[in-house]
Amino acid sequence: MKLRLYVPLAAFAALALMLGAGLKLDPREVPSPFIGKPAPAFSLPQLHQPERQLASADMKGQVWMLNVWASWCVACRTEHPLLVELSRQDGITIVGLNYKDDPRSALEWLQRLGDPYATSVVDRAGRVGIDYGVYGVPETFVIDRAGVVRFKHIGPVTPEVWTTRLQPLIRSLQG
Amino acid sequence: MNPVRAAVRRSIRLSTLCAGLLLVAPAWPDEGRPVAADPVLEARVNSLAAELRCLVCQNQSLADSHADLAIDLKNQVREQLRAGRSDAEVVDYMTDRYGDFVRYRPALKPQTLLLWGGPLLLLLTGGGLLWRSLRTHERQRAAALPEAAMARADALLRSDDALRPPGG
Repeated sequence: MKLRLYVPLAAFAALALMLGAGLKLDPREVPSPFIGKPAPAFSLPQLHQPERQLASADMKGQVWMLNVWASWCVACRTEHPLLVELSRQDGITIVGLNYKDDPRSALEWLQRLGDPYATSVVDRAGRVGIDYGVYGVPETFVIDRAGVVRFKHIGPVTPEVWTTRLQPLIRSLQG
Repeated sequence: MNPVRAAVRRSIRLSTLCAGLLLVAPAWPDEGRPVAADPVLEARVNSLAAELRCLVCQNQSLADSHADLAIDLKNQVREQLRAGRSDAEVVDYMTDRYGDFVRYRPALKPQTLLLWGGPLLLLLTGGGLLWRSLRTHERQRAAALPEAAMARADALLRSDDALRPPGG
């Protein structure tokens, strides 16, 4: 019957473990329903040549990253130097989705800070952003050759995220 | 200065101020104006928006939030309802993009069984424990004294003697 004395202690330990695990979860990280699903299709005017369109279908056959950015977005500035550096490496294609931005300030921003994007497309009304479930800029998607979303990163891409998550994934998708 | 001229001057100043206020009026914040002319549709939009979570400010619903994205999403809800889609279709549209997280009232499915059944489970467990402890208590009380002793104790309690101090 001595065992009964330990019941409250065990209950406390279980509760503490559960709450402790809860502390480690990030409530801002909304699980994306897109992983493993075809990337939503879009066809949008290009930032540099508004008369030309880029469609998601045009990217079929290569592994690419879709980076959602805006000139008004402060966090985009922190990841930008890394993106510029990555764009100089071989085999990395970043398409920019210029989200709810003024194209003039966007162009000026790229001129000042460097342009890491193979192409940037303009989503002025944010409709494509909604289709991709964007709720905080910057966000980065990794899309494979078949056009399936493999990964989504919310917030600025840091060197750590790049080396631990994105780079290995892109390499294995290209391999 | 003669008093008539002073009064005229005052009234001119006052009317200038009034005219100025009229110019300012249209710039006052303008809130709560229904965007759809159709009040029935707007009521549907609002009740649906109250069920959907704003992704930017996660403890607010789309209806409460003034975040840019929340306004965009609310416009989406309005547009789709106007196009004749059902409430369920609009909720599906949102969950397709933002996951189950957008729903304040989670769907009933295998992963959410514990969430929905949890309170009932806790009630049953608590009720069971209470019932058991009450029964044990009852049994202990009954076993403590034989029936004859119980009857005597009862009689003593009822008699006046029990109220007198011993030897009194």
